Amino acid sequence: MTEYIIRPAKGLKLDFSELWEFRELIFIFTWRDIKVKYKQTFLGFAWAVLQPLLMMGIFAVFFGRVLNVPSDGLPYPLFSFAGLMFWNIFATGVSQAGNSMVSNAGIIKKIYFPRLIIPLSSILSAVFDFLMTLLIYAALIIYYGISINIFFLGICFLFSLVLTIITTFGLGSLIAALNVKYRDFRYIIPFMIQVLLFVTPVIYPLSMVEKPWLKYILQLNPMAGAVSVARAGLLGKMPDPGIIGISSLMALILLIGGIIVFRKTESTFADLA
Amino acid sequence: MKPIIEFHNICKTYQIGHELKAYSTFRDSLTSLFRRSTTTKEDFYALKDISFELNEGDTLGIIGKNGAGKSTLLKVLSRITSPSSGHIIARGRMASLLEVGTGFHPELTGSENIFLNGSILGLKRTEIKSKFEEIVDFSGVKNFLDTPLKHYSSGMQLRLAFAVAAHLEPEILIIDEVLAVGDAEFQRKCLGKMNEVSRSGRTILFVSHNMAAIESLCTKSIVLSGGQLKGMGTTSEMINLYLNEYSKGSGSLLNGKLEFSENDSLLIRSVEVNGDGIKGSVVCMGGDLQFRVNVASSEIIHQPVLGLVFRNMQEVAVLGINNRHYGIELSKTNSSNFDITFEMKNTALMPGIYSIDLFLGDGAADLDSIPGAFTIEVESRDIMGSGLMPSEKLNTFFHNSCDWRIS
Repeated sequence: MTEYIIRPAKGLKLDFSELWEFRELIFIFTWRDIKVKYKQTFLGFAWAVLQPLLMMGIFAVFFGRVLNVPSDGLPYPLFSFAGLMFWNIFATGVSQAGNSMVSNAGIIKKIYFPRLIIPLSSILSAVFDFLMTLLIYAALIIYYGISINIFFLGICFLFSLVLTIITTFGLGSLIAALNVKYRDFRYIIPFMIQVLLFVTPVIYPLSMVEKPWLKYILQLNPMAGAVSVARAGLLGKMPDPGIIGISSLMALILLIGGIIVFRKTESTFADLA
Repeated sequence: MKPIIEFHNICKTYQIGHELKAYSTFRDSLTSLFRRSTTTKEDFYALKDISFELNEGDTLGIIGKNGAGKSTLLKVLSRITSPSSGHIIARGRMASLLEVGTGFHPELTGSENIFLNGSILGLKRTEIKSKFEEIVDFSGVKNFLDTPLKHYSSGMQLRLAFAVAAHLEPEILIIDEVLAVGDAEFQRKCLGKMNEVSRSGRTILFVSHNMAAIESLCTKSIVLSGGQLKGMGTTSEMINLYLNEYSKGSGSLLNGKLEFSENDSLLIRSVEVNGDGIKGSVVCMGGDLQFRVNVASSEIIHQPVLGLVFRNMQEVAVLGINNRHYGIELSKTNSSNFDITFEMKNTALMPGIYSIDLFLGDGAADLDSIPGAFTIEVESRDIMGSGLMPSEKLNTFFHNSCDWRIS
């Protein structure tokens, strides 16, 4: 028989066993988010692929052709798509997670479950989109006929994916918690993501930045690490260990900070949402 | 055998801020970030020092007026909000039906929603799968399982929601006012299901304004008032306690007069109640009841309309009257401050406590309303001179001009 004690909310201990107990709910929420996103659309899941593909097309024309942005020796579409895939997890993940506590207020006010499930599953639905685009990316690699080390590429992409998820989850849960109290974040999120796109080397390579101090600042952004490592995987080059270290550290700081803030405000969600 | 639920000195406070000066501009609110706060904070106790124990198989009714803390109690127990102090020990899987259909998504189909709602309520996927057929049968929406929920009628949504909820098998079931919705047949079905659940030895906590439902379902009850536990005992004892509490409620009349502050109402300033010619809110069956309502308006109301709704203990309206319905126009007043007197002779209400909503209009729109403005008590009397009373179970009113013949 399960016995539990309900006490005033104190401390920041994260109950992993409880999260594990509710794992089915994480997937149910993820499944719901994916399902609802593409309901009543003519193209359905194709949109998951079409969105980044169209973005890539636009980037390839304006930045690749017109502005001649360098691309580390890769064909520009391949170069920008690699960045976009991970960027999209981050951008969709953060904005969905950021709004998730407010949009699920109806459930939060009625039923108990670990609240972290809500931002977590909104991020997982963005990861699902990523997995769909991965198929297109494989086709693009074949189309451009570049030679790759598939094992090395796999490891690099996996590292970038994990780094992206950690970053997104950290920032996403931070904003989700703040958004419950200060609805200003609903307006700040799109603006913030737009700004972050420019300071993340998605459109341009990090090697294009000449001033060393600026480069260091840009590397503080863990998404810069995720994108750079993914591209290094394509080129078959060992990624810069410095950037791996910095971005991993920053991602972990974001994750811990995000969860702390979330846990601190969690007990009042039902009263405020 | 340890109790299945133990409440130990549970308190829940909310801070309510009193603004000393309203923000006038955005700049003010920005600068106030750096100044000392202009608000005073005050703790409001939604629950105060609640302690009780429940054994396995108990069905507990929770009785209290609106705002007594019933829903907060259930929310703390179901871990939706955490207590401010004290602790609760619960021994058993818990499911709460604070509202049926929680998490239903209009874009998803009926069967998809069964899985979604079931998971949110704490069922495992395999459990839902094994009970799927049963749930569908109970809901009666078999033909619409692949239709998005948004095309369902509200009745179908409700049936589907309750079907999922009814197939939860927790050791502790928390129910809040599910019976407030749905038609009579559906309500009977719900009550039947809950009876079945309680007979199977599970523990139920049930909040309702429907005393009849509580009486039929619950063996034990607690009464809450102002966040405090007023008593715990058998349901019939507790209902009596509640009725006594209720009659001394916020709308009690001192010397037959009740004044309303600006917070309570816009225009109605006071009401004086006279029962059987005596100042006060007690009247005998068949007696005369008189209300004198004072109105102070900034503008002249040319043709005021006064409405009264009498509600019984279950908050069900039993009598709703206004002067216009009875073909009476209150003559023009040229003053903005006037009294309207309403008199009801031979009050035909059965004994009990009635709460009265007041409405004031100008014939075109409602200008003011005070729900539950005050309560009156009708005392029993041997009205027919027979030594017998019309059955209280069957009657809300009695009829005092009947004729009987035999031939």
